[in-house]
Amino acid sequence: MNPVEVFSTALHALLLNKLRSGLTMLGIIIGIAAVVSMVSIGRGIGDYINQQFSDLGATRLQISSQAPTSGFTTRITPLTSATAAALANPVNIPSLALVAPEYNLSSTVRAGGRGIGMNVIGVTPAYTEAYSWQTQPGSAFITQADVENTARVAVLGTSTVKRLFGSESFNPVGLQIDIDDLSFTVVGVMNRRSSALGFDPNNAVLVPISTAQTRLDNARERGGSLRVSLITVLARDKDAVAAASREIRTYLRSAHGITDPANEDFAIYNEAQQLRSLNQISSLLTLFLGVIGAISLVVGGIGILNIMLVSVTERTREIGLRKALGATREAILSQFLIESILLCVIGGGVGILLSYGIVALGNQLAPNFGLSVRLSLAVDTLILATGVSSAIGILFGLYPSNRAARMRPIEALRFE
Amino acid sequence: MSEQPTTPVIDIHGITRSYTMGDETLHVLKGIDLQIHPGEFLAIMGPSGSGKSTLMNILGCLDQPSSGEYYLDGADVSKVSERDLAKIRNRKIGFVFQNYNLLKRTTALKQVELPLVYAGVGNRTPRAQAALAAVGLEQRMDHLPTELSGGQQQRVAIARALVTEPSIIMADEATGNLDSRSGQEVLGIFQRLNQERGITIIFITHDPWTARHTRRLVMLRDGKVVADSPIENPLDAATSQRPSEAEELESIFQTTYYGGKKEEYA
Repeated sequence: MNPVEVFSTALHALLLNKLRSGLTMLGIIIGIAAVVSMVSIGRGIGDYINQQFSDLGATRLQISSQAPTSGFTTRITPLTSATAAALANPVNIPSLALVAPEYNLSSTVRAGGRGIGMNVIGVTPAYTEAYSWQTQPGSAFITQADVENTARVAVLGTSTVKRLFGSESFNPVGLQIDIDDLSFTVVGVMNRRSSALGFDPNNAVLVPISTAQTRLDNARERGGSLRVSLITVLARDKDAVAAASREIRTYLRSAHGITDPANEDFAIYNEAQQLRSLNQISSLLTLFLGVIGAISLVVGGIGILNIMLVSVTERTREIGLRKALGATREAILSQFLIESILLCVIGGGVGILLSYGIVALGNQLAPNFGLSVRLSLAVDTLILATGVSSAIGILFGLYPSNRAARMRPIEALRFE
Repeated sequence: MSEQPTTPVIDIHGITRSYTMGDETLHVLKGIDLQIHPGEFLAIMGPSGSGKSTLMNILGCLDQPSSGEYYLDGADVSKVSERDLAKIRNRKIGFVFQNYNLLKRTTALKQVELPLVYAGVGNRTPRAQAALAAVGLEQRMDHLPTELSGGQQQRVAIARALVTEPSIIMADEATGNLDSRSGQEVLGIFQRLNQERGITIIFITHDPWTARHTRRLVMLRDGKVVADSPIENPLDAATSQRPSEAEELESIFQTTYYGGKKEEYA
């Protein structure tokens, strides 16, 4: 009996019991779809997190003031424009490429009749590079001259434009807005940026840092220097991040007169580090989802075993007849085995199509929930799942098939 | 039955078959000797439990004897492997069963092709068509079992037994499920195959009427051959008329009174 005969015999037998074959396949379909789509979703979330953080930049460090962990010292030396200038000096910190201080405050922003409470960020021209965030074509950004002249100019994010003027596509350049009753000229609009972890960066009003520090607020310290909220720095390259962090810590400790690490009054955030821990979480999530899928796959396999056993019992007489007509043990064994493998492989194929559908549906629906997740079918998992479903077919088909093959023809023929 | 070839197609000596059921051993066949020559048409009769089915299973290589020798076409088959038994069943023996044993939802043509599939024959359709034509079913090749009468189904089964051109056809109560007209037809086909093609036919039956259409009768009782003789003037299925129920009862009523009026059985 050649393989084509075995195959067509098995296919014929499956088609004779369409409903039963279909229901049996359902187990495998769900199993494969679960594994492939779960892993795809897990990976999609992982990719999303990665992408969010690569948007933020891998060479970036953020320095802010922080209460000392020791709790004994309440004195905090604030971060100032002078600190930023000192960090920018390569003699102090050789590993840095860029320093971008900012000063944040809450203000009421008004355009026409609408007044909206907003975070206003005082920035320097370095801001665009520090956050890899550019203005729209034809828009200006805050210049060094604006900072030096404490100019009343503002650059808006797209969401701010929408909130103030009703439409994101509205061009407000040249118009006047009021920030805390001071009149500002809008000089530019930022590109739209993907929202990161539920926080919309487009909801921004950017002004020169000096204007924020002196005209919108009074950030002057007793020594005469101006406080900053955050200093964002870029290391020269990815490999310099750790060195930069070390150098900044050493410099700030000596500048703030700190000897005990517990008394440190600043914090250095390394986004690359956070990325790593988030990556671990997402791999764990993928693994977890994959295991859930794998369990349903095993359940599907047991379904195949069950049905094949029923089928062998039900077709005992047929097996007896085939043997009487000259079927060898091997012929019966391969017929039942191929039946079970066919169930699994067809089921697996449908499962893969289904998971493809789930992934496509996920991609359709994700924007509705404000997620820019991009799911892609986990191809390696798909190949693995196909292999697994064939293996399940063989594994769970072997016992019933062997039982069928070993039947004695007379007993099988007499079976009622 | 004038001359007989020297080599019997079936030659068994001292065949026994016992089954172990729990602690008890059941001796079904207690030493059977039988020679069947090519072209013979014999009936094996016996009451239930006489071992006739067990004997047929052994003769048909569906089962192996507990002891004894079995030469099929001169070759000892009492000790061959299961794999070789399958080959023998496929090439040398055709089976016809009481309940037809057709595959469900499979056309007549495909049913008949099945033994050829296991024989590894490539161009099967012409041979299957020829076998179906030989049993008069050339018009029914694409019919499913459910679309065929009992007699037609049994003829498909005969075609299936015939298609590998076996030297022996074993029929186990092959007319047992058929009405008398279909039974006659099937008997006729067997007689024709025996006469025209010289196929050895072994008919297992407990119906004396059916047995009278064969040419030799072997009686079994309690696992032993108790009678083995040629049948004088075998009936021809084309012309024989099975006595009606009434006629059979008539002969019974001469000796036995069952109660009621005789007219009620007419």
